[in-house]
This record gives sequence, structure tokens and C-alpha cells, in this order.
Amino acid sequence: MMDKLNDKKSKLFLNLLLIAVFAAILILLDTKTIGDAYVRRILNLSAIYAIVSVSMNLVNGFTGLFSLGQAGFMAIGAYTVAIFTVPLEARAKIFYIIPQNPVLAQIELPFVIALILGGLLAALVAVLIGMPVLRLKSDYLAIATLGFSEIIRIVFTNIKSITNGALGIKNIPIMPTMWVFFGVAIISIGLMWLLINSSYGRAFKAIREDEVAAEAMGINLFKHKVMSFSIGAFFAGIGGGLLATLFATVDPNQFYFPVTYNFLLIIVLGGMGSISGTIIASFVVTIGLEILRFFDEPLALFGVNIPLFRPGLRMVVFSILLMVLVLFFRNGLLGQKELSWKLVFDWLSGKKPIKKTDEGGAA
Amino acid sequence: MSILKINNVTMQFGGVTAVNNLNIEVQEGKIEALIGPNGAGKTTAFNVITGVYSPTKGNVYYKDENITGITPDKITKKGIARTFQNIRLFKNLTVFDNILIANHLRINSNFVSSTLRMPWSNKEERLMREKSEMLLDKLDLLRLKNEIAHSLPYGEQRKLEIARALATDADLLLLDEPAAGMNPSETMELSSFIHNIRDEFKLTIFMIEHHMDLVMEISEKIYVLDFGQLIAEGTANEVKNDQRVIEAYLGVEEDA
Repeated sequence: MMDKLNDKKSKLFLNLLLIAVFAAILILLDTKTIGDAYVRRILNLSAIYAIVSVSMNLVNGFTGLFSLGQAGFMAIGAYTVAIFTVPLEARAKIFYIIPQNPVLAQIELPFVIALILGGLLAALVAVLIGMPVLRLKSDYLAIATLGFSEIIRIVFTNIKSITNGALGIKNIPIMPTMWVFFGVAIISIGLMWLLINSSYGRAFKAIREDEVAAEAMGINLFKHKVMSFSIGAFFAGIGGGLLATLFATVDPNQFYFPVTYNFLLIIVLGGMGSISGTIIASFVVTIGLEILRFFDEPLALFGVNIPLFRPGLRMVVFSILLMVLVLFFRNGLLGQKELSWKLVFDWLSGKKPIKKTDEGGAA
Repeated sequence: MSILKINNVTMQFGGVTAVNNLNIEVQEGKIEALIGPNGAGKTTAFNVITGVYSPTKGNVYYKDENITGITPDKITKKGIARTFQNIRLFKNLTVFDNILIANHLRINSNFVSSTLRMPWSNKEERLMREKSEMLLDKLDLLRLKNEIAHSLPYGEQRKLEIARALATDADLLLLDEPAAGMNPSETMELSSFIHNIRDEFKLTIFMIEHHMDLVMEISEKIYVLDFGQLIAEGTANEVKNDQRVIEAYLGVEEDA
């Protein structure tokens, strides 16, 4: 067993196999050989959720900043893509009550450029918001960022010449292939992985572990917090941009603050401080929320209508799951660990991982 | 030559004067200690030196540069590193990560080139790792490299915290009760450890300590603080025989 695990070649083989299987499934789905539009849409959504969740984990799980502004940053990215990629000739029809701002009405950008621009704008806003807000700690920071996300939504509802207000923007060009979503997800998460495993990532973790000690070790807290916060916002903006092209439409209510709770559930389930856990949880939660949809539909057992099953029950179940999770599985799937073959084999062979001693046990 | 000069420093919290008109000059290359009963203002003095607090009055000079009111991270960059009374390691990270983090303050690559693994960033990272391994090796901690910090025995955690402070390339090391919670044999070991690192890394060490044996043995100069006031300074023998010190502190200690 052990010699097998330690064999680098077999690990490499398993990795390649995994990538091949993943690519094969994606190719089959993408060429419409298997699955239907619904399945593809859910998987694309999962990929987007993975980007946003990892970005949220970068801020919350790796840097230890309790930030709940993800929906706001997504909105910025989504609207940037919406405003700049809708074909010029379709604009007048969309902005039929209040005409679009004359400058914006003449600009059409390719999708990739609009996507990156959306990320950059989200990051810029994060820097501006972060400067005052990141001086706050824990719950205060959470409240401030939650408030920010609501402000963004309300501003977007009201700057009608730019965002078309509550009507939203329709006819956003959709992407013909799943590779756009999965490709951007792989690149984004890859970049965040590289960041987290760089010296800067270690500095983020130091801040998470102990701010006072981190500062005493020469880490400029403010600079690194703003950095993490705005990089997280950048990728949330990218995720938002992808969401716009997936749904082909954006409106302010898509970015109502409870959206952020989905990501919170994902990172808690996957493990605060685990990228692979977050990716797995993104798929589990996104697909799970779809499966839970039957709770929202009327259910009749033996001809008797169960009165509980009505629209909204899904969210009740969702909340209960969140509570159970926090009560009994605080470390989530992977805690701060990353998925590895050793972990998988240990789990499969029923071997318990070495249990960490409780905090402060040594004192 | 004095490396650290505390000049007429007063620190008040509301109506409470924690440190009153303190004057201390720590000489380069020496091991000096700050002692005093509980609540005398020792840790407050440390916090003023390291920039956690900005003093109400007075100035702090490091290598003749006024560092009063500068933030802790900038002070560490200038070459003052500290440990904490209650160990403050990055508990859930490995020993090696703890040391690497203390190297981050001298990084030249920005986060973009670090993330994209540009050649110069890779080189910097490699040098950082080599330097950290060497440091761990010198301090006999290399065998614990991949251990999680909070799983170490207490004495090793203290040692790691000192190692981490050294990794910032400090010239002046401030140790806040390094022997707290240690048994006599661990304390003796610590005493030679402190001596060794002073000689090996050409450090100046300024420490707060309660263990009189340790203080009397290794400090070349002792400052005694009581109710925020400096009541005596001098060598171990001078301080030991000072009537005010005996009254304020040592007399009580010997009874215990």
C-alpha cells in the first residue's frame, strides 16, 4: 500500500487519468453526445460558482477576513459584460424607456476584454471600499461588506441610463461552448492556487492565523488585506461576467445579498482554506440545490397533498443543512487540507487520518 | 554604542500611567533585561518600542533614528524583532512556513510576478527557502521542519518563536518572558540558547523576564521597573543589593 502511494509515477498516472476522464466527459457533453442543455447549464453554473467560491475562500478562508460582499463584485463583473457585449443594434430595443448613455451606446467590446474589464472594475471598487472597510474586524467587516453589496445592487437599479434599472439587460451574447466556462474556471482557480502557494499567500495565511504576530513579522496588514480583498473581488467579477453570458440576461435581483450565502455554504462545506474542497463543494451544492427543487413543488403522497411542499421550502431545507454543517462539520470536507491521492486512498481503505491535537493542548 | 534609546517615554491609557518618564539605553551586542513586578509596565514598554502603542510623550530611537509612532511592520523591517509573552506562532502552519513568513518582509517580487512564477521570483523563493533551512539547521529545528507549529512541545514552540524573529534578519531581539512556563532544566537550556544566538547572529537582546535565575545569569545590565517608574539599573549584583528593588520586588520573590 505505502510503496504504491509513494510511487511518483503511479501518482502521475492517476493524475493524467483523472484529467483525461475529465476532458473526455467535457468533450462528450460539449459535443452534445451526452447530457442535455439543462445538465450543461448546471455544470457551467457549477464552474462559475467554483471561481466565485474559491475567490471568496481566498479572502475568508486564507486571509481570515469575514467578507460577504461577493454578490456585489459579481454584479459589477456581470454588468460590465452585459453593457459592453450586447450588439450595438440591439441596444435601443433594450434601453427603451431611458436611452443608454450616449458614450456607452457606441462601445462594443469582445467578450474576453469585457470579462477582464469587469474583473478589473470589481477589483478597483474593492480597493476603494477596502481602504475604509478593511480596518474593521470580523463581524463588523461582514456587515460592512454585506451593506456594500446591497449598495451596489441599489445603485445598479437606479443608474438606468447605464444599467437599464430594474428591467435588466437582455440579449447578452451567449457562449457556444462549455470550454469558455471551464477554461476560465481552470485559469482563474489555477492563478489563485499559485498566489496562495506563493510568499504572498503565506503572508495571507499568517494574517489569518494571528494578525498581531503577522504585523510583528513585518507584514503590512493593510496592504496585504487590500491585496487579498481586491484579488478576490477581481475573480468574483470574472465569475459574474460568466454568469451574464450563461443566463444571457442580467438584472439587479440576481445579485440580491442571499446569493453570497450560497458561496458561504460552499466554502464552509468544502473547508475554509481548501481550494480542492471548495471546487468539490461548488459542484455538490450547485447540483444539490437543483435536486432540492422538488421541495418547492407540490407533493402528493397516496393522494394526500403534503402542505409543506410549496415554493420556499427548498430554502428552508438549505438553511437547515447550513446549520447542521456548522454544528457538526465545522471543518467541512477537507478543512485546511488539499485533496491528494493519499487522502483518497486512506479514506477508501478506511484508514483514519492522523487526528490533530486540540488547540492549546501543549500549554 | 547604544542601539536602542528610550527617551523620556510616558505612556498613558486614559488616566492610568503605565510607563512614566522611562529612559533606557540598550548597548549594542549586549544582553539586557527589564524586570519588575506584575503590572509594572514592562510589556507596555515593549509595545511602545515595537510600535504597537504610540507613546503619550517621549521618543524611541533605534540606531539613532527616531522610530516613535511608526507601525510595527515598519519597525520590524528596520531590524527590531520580538516574541510574545503568550506564544504567538502561526499555529496551524508548519514550522517551515512560520520561518518562511518571517522572510516575506524582505521580498522584492510583487504579487503578480510571484503568482506567475517569474524566474526572478522563483530564484527569490529558492533563496528564501535555503536561508530558512539554514536557520532551522543552526537552531536544531530542521528535524521539525514539516511539523505543525502547535503540535510542538512547549519549549520547542518558544524556540521556534525566537527562530521566527531571527528570520526577519533582526539586529535587536526583544524577548517577552522567554522562560515563562518553562521548568528549570528547560530554563537552563534557554539560557545557553540565548547566549549562543547572540554570539552567532551578532544580536543585541533585550528581554523581559520573571525567572530571576535566568536574568541574573545572562543579563549584562538590568533595568527594574515598578509602577511604570524605573527604580534601578545596573549589573545583576548592583540591582540585587539595591534597597528599593528589594522592597519592590526581590524581597517578595525570595520569600516565595
